[in-house]
Order: sequence, then C-alpha cells, then structure tokens
Amino acid sequence: MLIPHPLLGPRDAQEFTYLGDASLLNRPDGLADTAPEAFNDYVYLRDNPAGLHRELWFHEQGDRSWLIVTRNTVTHEILGAELARDVALAAMGGAQ
Amino acid sequence: MRFSGFRVVKEALTGHHGWKPLWRTPAPQASYDYIIVGGGGHGLATAYHLAKVFKGKRIAVLEKGWLGSGNIGRNTTIIRSNYLLPGNEPFYEFSMKLWENMEQEFNFNAMVSQRGILNLIHTDAQRDAYRRRGNAMLLAGADAELLDRDGVRAMYPWLNYDNARFPIKGGLLQRRAGTARHDGVAWGYARGADLLGVDIIQNCEVTGFRIENGRVQGVDTSRGYIGAKKVGVAVAGSSGRVMAMAGMRLPIESHVLQAFVSEGLKPVVDGVITFGAGHFYVSQSDKGGLVFGGDIDGYNSYAQRGNLPVIEEVAEGGLALMPAIGRARLLRAWGGIMDMSMDGSPIIDRTPVDGLYLNAGWCYGGFKATPASGYAFAHLLATDTPHPTAAAYRLDRFNRGYVIDEKGMGAQPNLH
Ligand SMILES: Cc1cc2nc3c(=O)[nH]c(=O)nc-3n(C[C@H](O)[C@H](O)[C@H](O)COP(=O)(O)OP(=O)(O)OC[C@H]3O[C@@H](n4cnc5c(N)ncnc54)[C@H](O)[C@@H]3O)c2cc1C
Repeated sequence: MLIPHPLLGPRDAQEFTYLGDASLLNRPDGLADTAPEAFNDYVYLRDNPAGLHRELWFHEQGDRSWLIVTRNTVTHEILGAELARDVALAAMGGAQ
Repeated sequence: MRFSGFRVVKEALTGHHGWKPLWRTPAPQASYDYIIVGGGGHGLATAYHLAKVFKGKRIAVLEKGWLGSGNIGRNTTIIRSNYLLPGNEPFYEFSMKLWENMEQEFNFNAMVSQRGILNLIHTDAQRDAYRRRGNAMLLAGADAELLDRDGVRAMYPWLNYDNARFPIKGGLLQRRAGTARHDGVAWGYARGADLLGVDIIQNCEVTGFRIENGRVQGVDTSRGYIGAKKVGVAVAGSSGRVMAMAGMRLPIESHVLQAFVSEGLKPVVDGVITFGAGHFYVSQSDKGGLVFGGDIDGYNSYAQRGNLPVIEEVAEGGLALMPAIGRARLLRAWGGIMDMSMDGSPIIDRTPVDGLYLNAGWCYGGFKATPASGYAFAHLLATDTPHPTAAAYRLDRFNRGYVIDEKGMGAQPNLH
C-alpha cells in the first residue's frame, strides 16, 4: 500500500505504524459528568466498518507526522491522506 | 452412517459406492427455538453441544456461504492450552480435554495429533515469564515442561542456536498440544449436529435482526424471515458488521492474518515451534508442507487477503530460525479476517437485547477454542448462565475494568 503523504508524496505503508480509527482524535471531556461512559466508548468501542475508514497512521520512519488516511477496508484502496494536525485544528475552529 | 475401520475396508473393496453426504440440505423452517448465525467451527460446535448435551430442539445453523469458507478452513490448525491468566487458562484446558475425546465422541476422524508445542526462549527474562506461565498451566491441570538449551537441541538439532540477536536458550513445551485437521473439525461437528436433528442451512446470509420491545423475534435472511426464540451469533471476523445490524458497537476491530504453506518436504518438523521474538511459528502437515505464519498485517481489513511486506517479514523470521529451509519454495499464501478484541481475549455473553447472544473476539487463536467455545456458548444459550470456565468472557468487562490482557498491550487490537 502506498500512502499519499501531503508533504512527501507517495510513501510505502511500511514506513508507518498504525493506530486505528481517526475518531481517537476526539478525546472526550474528562471533567464532564458523563466522562466514565464517554471514555469507555472512546477507548474500547469501534464502528469497525467494511468500506471507507478514516484512520490514524504515524510516519515513524519518515517525518514523524500523524496522518489521517482514508482507506477502503474491503479493497485496501487508499483514497487520500491529510495531516492529522490540520484536521484537529480545523475541528477546534483554529488555524487552517 | 457410522465410520469404522471395517467400513473403510468394505468400501475400498466395493468401489466406494456406499458413502453418503455427511449432512442433509434442508430448506429453512418458519421458526426455530435456537438460531445460530455462522457455520464456522464455533457455530457448528455450539449447535452440536446444544443438541447433544443440553437436549435443545428445533435448532438451525445459518451460514452465509458454504461450511468451512471462513476461518475454520483458513487457520494453521494449532491447538494448545498454554495461557497465563486465570480468566483464560481453565477455559483453554477444558478445550484441550474436549479435543482429546472429540473424535470418539462424534465418530469422525478430525486428525487430532498431540505432537507438542514448543515456545522458544532467548533471554533470562523470557525464561522467568515462561516459568511463570508453565506454573499457571500446571495449576489449571494442564501439562508444561521447561526445557534448557540442550533439551531443545535434542528435539530440533538443526535450528539456528547462535543467532546474534535471538540465541536459543531453552523453551516451554506442552506435549499435549498439537494440531488437528481444521476442515475435519467442521465436518465432524456438522455431521454430528445434523444426526441430532439440527438444520444446517448454507447460502443463507443474515441481513437483519427483528427486535421488538427489547427482545429478538427472529432474523431476516437472504432466504426470507426466520423466527427464533433465541439467536446466537458466532460469525468470527464479521462480528462488528453483524452486531451493527442490532444497533451495537463492539470492542473489536477486524484485521487480516495471513498463513503460508511450502512445497511438500520430507518429515522435518514433527511438532509445533513458535519463535515469538521473530514473529514466526511453524508446523508440518501430514502431506509434508511446512505450515507457517506470523503476526497480523496490522490495519483494519475485511479483504481476506494480506499484503506482500508481511510475507517477506514472516519468511525472514523463518529463515533466521531455520536456515535449512532456505531453498524450500512457498506454495500458497492466504488470509482470513479475524475479530481483534481490545484485550486480545474473546467474548461469550448475553447482549443488551433479550434473546440475542454473542460469541466473538477470538483473534488469531480461536481454532483451539472450537470445542469449548461451542460447549460454553451452548451452555449460555440453554441455561442463560455462563459456563464456569467462560465466566470471565463478559461483554461489559472493559467498562468494569476487568480486561483479560495476556500480552499487556492495552486497548490496541493490532498489537495483541
Ligand atoms: C491465517 C489464520 C491462521 C490461524 N491459525 C490459528 C491457529 O493455529 N490456532 C488457533 O487456535 N486459531 C487460529 N486462527 C483463528 C481461528 O481460525 C478463528 O479464531 C476461528 O476459526 C474463528 O471461529 P469460526 O471457526 O467459528 O470462524 P469462521 O469459520 O470464520 O465462521 C464464521 C462464519 O460466519 C459466517 N457469516 C459471517 N457473516 C454472516 C451472516 N451475516 N450470516 C450468516 N453467516 C455469516 C461466515 O461466512 C463464516 O463461515 C487462525 C486464523 C487465521 C485467519
């Protein structure tokens, strides 16, 4: 699998380590009343879809950036990659 | 039809005209007392034990494809009970004892072969860990022996003992472990269940659950609606997909694991060897092929095939351990989709939907569990209480903080 790194171009997936579903970026509020349940869902439960999956890959043997890769779990086709930092900042309403 | 030595000789002399299909091909009835979703090893073993031990009636197994098309026909056939943790070891030892009597019980040759499994040791720390594991096994009534370097050398003199990174310093041996013919296990349970009146319905995919007032009423399938009092789901790598139809998210990711077979060789590996540090394990089939594998590919997948880098990695691990096989050619490679759970251990439990039960999360180690998983799931379906050896496999254990994490990896399924 080749991952289209937004800064470095196509890189072999072997250079990356895999973490999992990109929903891991959305860490719940630890001070909310519902924190225990929210953290159970966050840490343990997954959508685990057959089809498109947005997932976190770390370019460990490259520029050490975290990417969000969109990949089809049925065909292994990779449809795109973004810097996780950009996505997280945008979600917080910060710098694009 | 009973199998016996006499029967084999008689059929050989009369042109093999007397063999009959091993199970019927019934059309689905309008409703059943029990529906088992998934005709893999676990689903078939569940139906068999439900009918035989718990005297259940009106049972059906619904299988999307053909029997044996899932992981039961794709695994590397290793059976063992060499676990550490109290939630696991009694269960796997119960399974090992069921393997030891399985063939007599269901009158079918599953080629269970107790050829022993050897886990290699390379460091003092690993020896301590394996000594502890061996003691845990002995406490649960299993067998375990700690071998030193010479003990391993006496069994496998041709391994590479002086690898610079992973010199072999000893091993943990379980002699009662071994292999079994995976298809034979599925066929044996299917035939046994069929003889007890279970309807095995192939090419019947479950496409939805009918749930009313929090209770399951039946399942929609590619062959129409089928009513049921109780539904047990045992669909291995598809658990996430299937339970989503009942509105549930699971502590599971689906991953692909690959396995490999070499061309046929003269007998060389007469047991099972695991080289955990090198992510490699091997046994030799009765046809002579080396059957080997390593780790999962490591990313979510439903593709039933893996990628080339893992093939290279596994081959490198094999060569580091057994330079002698360098010239052997790879014959086949394939993949299977497994439920990787958040603590690496399985789930056999009720669900929040009344009458709907779940058997899932077997990771890369569910073949050895087949008989006990079927027994324990049947126990749960029939009595609504967990089998004593499977009482720790609760669905809510993650929430309660009672994970069973053999590898100590935390909630990262691709590392278990
Ligand atoms: C390469 C590989 C090597 C392995 N090696 C070992 C080993 O050496 N030792 C060991 O102990 N374990 C091993 N395993 C793990 C073991 O094979 C599995 O844990 C075990 O087989 C899973 O249980 P099963 O037999 O019931 O699964 P399966 O045979 O996969 O059964 C599940 C069935 O459910 C069906 N299904 C799915 N969705 C639906 C639906 N909607 N409706 C109806 N039916 C459906 C599928 O078609 C399938 O037949 C290995 C796995 C793989 C992939």
